[in-house]
Amino acid sequence: MRSSTRFLLFLVGAGALLAAAGLHASAEQDRRAPEQEGRAALVRRLGLTDLCLFTEARYTRHLSQADRFSPFQEHPASLEHFPSGSIAGPPPRD
Amino acid sequence: MIELRDVRKVYNEGRPDELTAVDGVSLKIEPHTVTVLRGPSGSGKTSLLSLIGAMARPTSGRIVVDGREITSLPERFLTDVRRATFGFVFQQGNLIRGVTTLENVMLPAYPLGGPRPALLARARALLDMLDLGHRAGSKAEWLSGGEAQRAAIARALVNEPKVIIADEPTAHLDTKLSREFMEFVARLKAREKTVIIASHDPLVCDAPTVDRAVGMRDGRLDGDGA
Amino acid sequence: MRTWIERQRYIVDFTLSSLARRKGKNVALLLVYALVIFALASVLFFTEALRREARAVLRDVPELLVQRTVAGRHDLLPESWIGSVAGIRGVASARGRLWGYSYDPLSRANYTVMVPERFWGAKGEVVLGPGVARARDVAPGDKLPLRAFDGTYLTLVVREVLPADAELVASDLLLVGEEDFRSLFGVAPGVFTDVAVVVRNAKEVQTVAGKVTRLLPGARPITRAEIARTYDSIFDWRSGLVVLVLTGALLAFAIVAWDKASGLSAEEKREIGILKAIGWETSDVLLMKLWEGAVISLAAFALGALLAYAHVFPGKLALFGPVLRGWSTLTPDFRLVPSLDPYQTATLFFLTVVPYAVATVVPSWRAATIDPDAVMRT
Repeated sequence: MRSSTRFLLFLVGAGALLAAAGLHASAEQDRRAPEQEGRAALVRRLGLTDLCLFTEARYTRHLSQADRFSPFQEHPASLEHFPSGSIAGPPPRD
Repeated sequence: MIELRDVRKVYNEGRPDELTAVDGVSLKIEPHTVTVLRGPSGSGKTSLLSLIGAMARPTSGRIVVDGREITSLPERFLTDVRRATFGFVFQQGNLIRGVTTLENVMLPAYPLGGPRPALLARARALLDMLDLGHRAGSKAEWLSGGEAQRAAIARALVNEPKVIIADEPTAHLDTKLSREFMEFVARLKAREKTVIIASHDPLVCDAPTVDRAVGMRDGRLDGDGA
Repeated sequence: MRTWIERQRYIVDFTLSSLARRKGKNVALLLVYALVIFALASVLFFTEALRREARAVLRDVPELLVQRTVAGRHDLLPESWIGSVAGIRGVASARGRLWGYSYDPLSRANYTVMVPERFWGAKGEVVLGPGVARARDVAPGDKLPLRAFDGTYLTLVVREVLPADAELVASDLLLVGEEDFRSLFGVAPGVFTDVAVVVRNAKEVQTVAGKVTRLLPGARPITRAEIARTYDSIFDWRSGLVVLVLTGALLAFAIVAWDKASGLSAEEKREIGILKAIGWETSDVLLMKLWEGAVISLAAFALGALLAYAHVFPGKLALFGPVLRGWSTLTPDFRLVPSLDPYQTATLFFLTVVPYAVATVVPSWRAATIDPDAVMRT
């Protein structure tokens, strides 16, 4: 088989897999919607305000409740909390 | 039919290293003939070949190929003429290393985008004709000197040009291979190709198939007031 | 058209033969590039999934929360504040909330302790989030001793463990009754953490917030819209610092590619000369160089992106464990709902494939424009 054909097949295959991933994501979103709804209901019932992602500090645990002073209290340069700060940036300026 | 009218080629014009490689050459080359440009190195043979083969433009003068003047053609068309009309065999063979013989032979046709089965068939036929069929799948660097030269010839023929231009083709070949080369040139002539060779090798210049030998020295042809 | 396609295919044929000559080096290049894209795509996919989760799940957070700040610090507030807020026009109801953090030396984890609006347990009972149950290895019926503010221990009985599906919102929660909360933290009666407000008309929330600030000095209102905005922006991939680092790596990579291509070896220059001499035009040579870059970057993108998807969704971002865990001891199970945003994927594609391909072509320009007759004369 011609090498360019092989490469083309590889690209087409990869594209197909990527499309399949997209479909998988879509299907999973539909399938797990009730599960997500359950979490939303819990949030309503308990009056929660944040996702529970990083529990090492106040301002990483409750990302929406912390103000800019909270990290500053720990350490002057601590606006960004390493390493979770690499995924979650600082809160928006009001 | 190729005609050159008072062609001059000057390199680095106006600069201290100005060089007049071709100095007023007028020449007519008949179709289906074998012409040899004889002369020592530095005589301007290579430059003249590249002018004939539409690889470079002359500084002054006119070149007519098959009734069509190519000197004033825009770059685009010049390349098309070159691709369609001329096939080149270089001194060094100049195959691309790491790539198979077959692919080397097919390379000139790649940019033209023609159908591949036809190209493959043509290339294989050429390799067979040159006794290289069994080396089609070998990498170019594994070919012997003679085989490489023959592969270069096959490559020059793949686009079915009307004219073959060879620059010192026997420079790296022994006597036996040089004779074989000239026999092959005879076959090309029989297939109605026009062949122009630049060489100072007597085996080439004195070969029976050569129709005309033209001497060249200091950018001028013999008998032109050199 | 047919000719154009065939021309591309021929050139790709040659490009692949050409790349295969230095197979080891090119495979290494491909793998490194794929790794960079993998890391970048992993972060992108993960943060996008978190953003979607936040949008879906935090739809119904309290409309308005009122905190009290003293000298820049979050402080507890008196009961009178609840009444004042409730009295503002437009407010349907106001409720004092009690919540805080407890560090547990036994499991060395931080827990969030909270009194929900209607706690369904009795005094002395606690409802746990799944993460806490894991950390302390307890089940309903077990006793859970908690260290109180004064060094004594308050033992609660586990009434219930919230379901596993609740991980992402409730992993570290301890739900208790008001009395137990006050005992645990030494918070006097009539003092609260903040106020949760229900506003009659959603459009009035901003106005009410303004009134709160004027009415109660030191009050910091947080609206539902602000919470939504926070989650939208902090997971914006442009602000993540990992992305910055990785973009740096990508740029460094492009520079290496540029350097590789611009310092064309004598061998490569010779080959370009041969191609020009046998009839290839400058545009053909440049196209070949472009495909050289494109072949590697397309393959790297395909590998990197696909592996990233598998890594983040079924794989729960396993390889980035240290980043996610940070210093926390309690990490929720990141079983995120998969999402593949086409816009984001396309952006990633253009940011990774194009620069590399360009970095391979542009430096080859000079060599590609060599005159064919110059080759003959060498």
